[in-house]
Amino acid sequence: MATLSDAHSESFRLSMLINDKRYRSYTFQFIALLLLIAAFSYLGYNLVKNLQAAGLNISYKFLGDPAGYDINQRLVEYDKTSSHWRASVVGVLNTLLVAVVGCFFATIIGVIVGVLRLSNNWIVSKLMSVYVEIFRNVPVLIWILIIMAVFIAVLPQPRDFRGANAEASMLFDLFAFTGRGFYLPRPYFAAEWATGATGWLIVIALLIAGFFGARTISRNATKTQEATGVRPTTWYWTLGVWFGPLIIACFVMGLSWEIPELKGFNFSGGIFARNSFIALTFALSIYTAAFIAENVRAGILSVSKGQTEAAASLGLRPNRIMNLVILPQALRVIIPPLISHFLNLTKNSSLAIAVGYMDLTGTLGGITLNQTGRAIESVLLLMAFYLTISLSISAIMNAYNKSIALKER
Amino acid sequence: MSRTDNIAFVRTEMLPESPPPVAETGAIKWLRENLFSSVSNTILTLLSLYVIYQILSGFLPWLFGGVWTTSSLKECREVLDGAVGGCFSVLTERWNQLLFGFKYPPDQYWRISLAFVLLLVAVAPVLFQKMPRKMLYFTGLFPFIGFWLIWGGTIMSPVMVLIGFVAGYIAFSRLEHNSFAMGALGGLISAVIVWWLGGFVTASMQGFMALEQIPSRDLGGFMLNMILGVVCVSLSLPIGIALALGRQSSMPIIKWICVVFIEFIRGVPLITLLFVANVVLSYFFPPGSNLDLILRVIIMITMFSSAYIAEVIRGALAALPKGQYEAADSLGLDYAQSMQHIILPQALKISIPGIVNVAVGLFKDTTLVSVISMFDLVGMIRGPILASTEWNGVYWELWGFAVLLFFIVCFSISKYSQWLERQLRTDHR
Repeated sequence: MATLSDAHSESFRLSMLINDKRYRSYTFQFIALLLLIAAFSYLGYNLVKNLQAAGLNISYKFLGDPAGYDINQRLVEYDKTSSHWRASVVGVLNTLLVAVVGCFFATIIGVIVGVLRLSNNWIVSKLMSVYVEIFRNVPVLIWILIIMAVFIAVLPQPRDFRGANAEASMLFDLFAFTGRGFYLPRPYFAAEWATGATGWLIVIALLIAGFFGARTISRNATKTQEATGVRPTTWYWTLGVWFGPLIIACFVMGLSWEIPELKGFNFSGGIFARNSFIALTFALSIYTAAFIAENVRAGILSVSKGQTEAAASLGLRPNRIMNLVILPQALRVIIPPLISHFLNLTKNSSLAIAVGYMDLTGTLGGITLNQTGRAIESVLLLMAFYLTISLSISAIMNAYNKSIALKER
Repeated sequence: MSRTDNIAFVRTEMLPESPPPVAETGAIKWLRENLFSSVSNTILTLLSLYVIYQILSGFLPWLFGGVWTTSSLKECREVLDGAVGGCFSVLTERWNQLLFGFKYPPDQYWRISLAFVLLLVAVAPVLFQKMPRKMLYFTGLFPFIGFWLIWGGTIMSPVMVLIGFVAGYIAFSRLEHNSFAMGALGGLISAVIVWWLGGFVTASMQGFMALEQIPSRDLGGFMLNMILGVVCVSLSLPIGIALALGRQSSMPIIKWICVVFIEFIRGVPLITLLFVANVVLSYFFPPGSNLDLILRVIIMITMFSSAYIAEVIRGALAALPKGQYEAADSLGLDYAQSMQHIILPQALKISIPGIVNVAVGLFKDTTLVSVISMFDLVGMIRGPILASTEWNGVYWELWGFAVLLFFIVCFSISKYSQWLERQLRTDHR
């Protein structure tokens, strides 16, 4: 705070460091800095002493050593001889997988529940309130463990699918839901030149091209509308741009499905989503969805009824009112807390360790830490990873908030 | 000539009021408007009724057909003999373990129960303005009584700590008229002196009013969740306020210390902080000092929740109109006075819902200590109870019990905060 002072008649005296507002803050900051340095050097001194006593040192060389343990769910190549670093990368990818899938489902469930909670149907809105209250008021760890237990107890084991009149059967002969995990058909490209990553890169490129194509079409339509007042019908063009090249490409590359098959006591082939992954994702989704539902409800309620009525009096149709008036205002309220719930979900995914899903906490913070005894290094890396994610997401969020903030005065 | 009295169709007396149509009154109207107003609504209603029926038809027979008196799962299944019902006897048989952990000496359970009852008494005047204000003295004493009851040992050590606080407060109030900083420094010094002297007194009076000493690692069950929740929330409130004020400060160094601390803590999951408590923190203490795991966990959880509380309070500080700060300045109040009398009372009032949210979240998060092999409620269920030969395989009853306990506590706290918000609302809406 700037302080007006009269002419510099008084010279500086030592007592002004305590009594004068202008200089006192320097004293306080100096003391704070000194205390901080003292605290850190004390902790650092203890650390060095303790490490010496235990015959340890701080080094990250262990990341290059072979890990020697197996990871049962992985997105990239990994085996026992891979390094601890590789194990951490597998863990990071697993964390991100749970986070992305969890956020996706949490948003869908949350939005549906939040809207249903506002429904004028009494029984539905009460049912949704009960859901929200139950899930918000019980620890997520308990939900993860319950859902894992239910999962194993309720679903059949792979051996139940055996035999002529088996106890369980596959859904459409394509999907198998077992207590060990879900077995799903796996798409792959039969054409020789498109096997492996090439085919998928082409698909991704086509999707991106489709996105830009669709945007161009919609811009042209807007231009026509502004010029003539009539918006041309473009949905089939949009659909064609999105999916036409994709379908042709899939056909050319020979898209086929590898269907899981029962071999012996287990299924083989297809995509195998382990029960720990499913249970964790499901639990995190429905837990976070309860919070998101509350957000969505608050966001919709925050738009005053007068807005709807004003839009209606302008002659807008109900879906245009929703798209052009209600949603833009509600989203301003909904999105910032929504992103912080995504962040919470990502951080809560570290509870994977309770059901044995090998995310980063399970690999680097679990087995690697216990095997190598490199506690400080492992925990530091673990924190650095989560910190990077959190800080980058909050940086994005701040930029977004700035861009949508109401421009006043 | 216009006479109307002999025209046949003019009615001379009023008809009695007929009742409104059946479909427009009472329950039927309500049903029509709220449940069957349109086709999609009807479908939704029927669907929800079906879901409710499914849940209740599974749940109620299980609940009411339950067995409460057997001593193992096998026995319970024999009693049930194929009928639907829960083996709630696991709850009755392991009741003490679920609440107190499996190591706390059974003949000392009364201490925990007494501490819990006293906690309710101590918290009551804080929660409800209508309670007699004198009870706040008991609230001030409770931490020391609670410590003595739960951990045991001589009563002299908590008493000496208390005397230290009292001495610090007296010195503070004597010196405060000079300046706040002077008062705080004087209070701190006199408290430390009293504690140092008190150490000798305690050492010489080990047996005085001593309860059996219970090591921290013997604490467990739901009691551990309660202890961690209560202790960490109460400790993190003052720290959180200090951090929030620091973050708002105009002094760059202090501001950046607070910002880095808050953002760091909020950026990492609690479980990594618990790992720190478990395996890293002891490296930072002087060699030979053997800090309890529970104490290390309390340190880390307190840091965690104080960062979140600081953010809540910072939001409230930012929400206050600037005129309040300027009014305080124009009255000639210094920083400490304006905060104490003008800013914080308003800011804390606004931040109550946020603080309660953090408190509920923190209480739920205390279950995470089971991951670093402490035996709280979840740890007890996953460890000693489900692993025992008698009760291997009883999931629903145990987890249902855990859900119920946490739900009761958290739901009542959040209902309380909503009530308090209405009580404190002074604007006219």
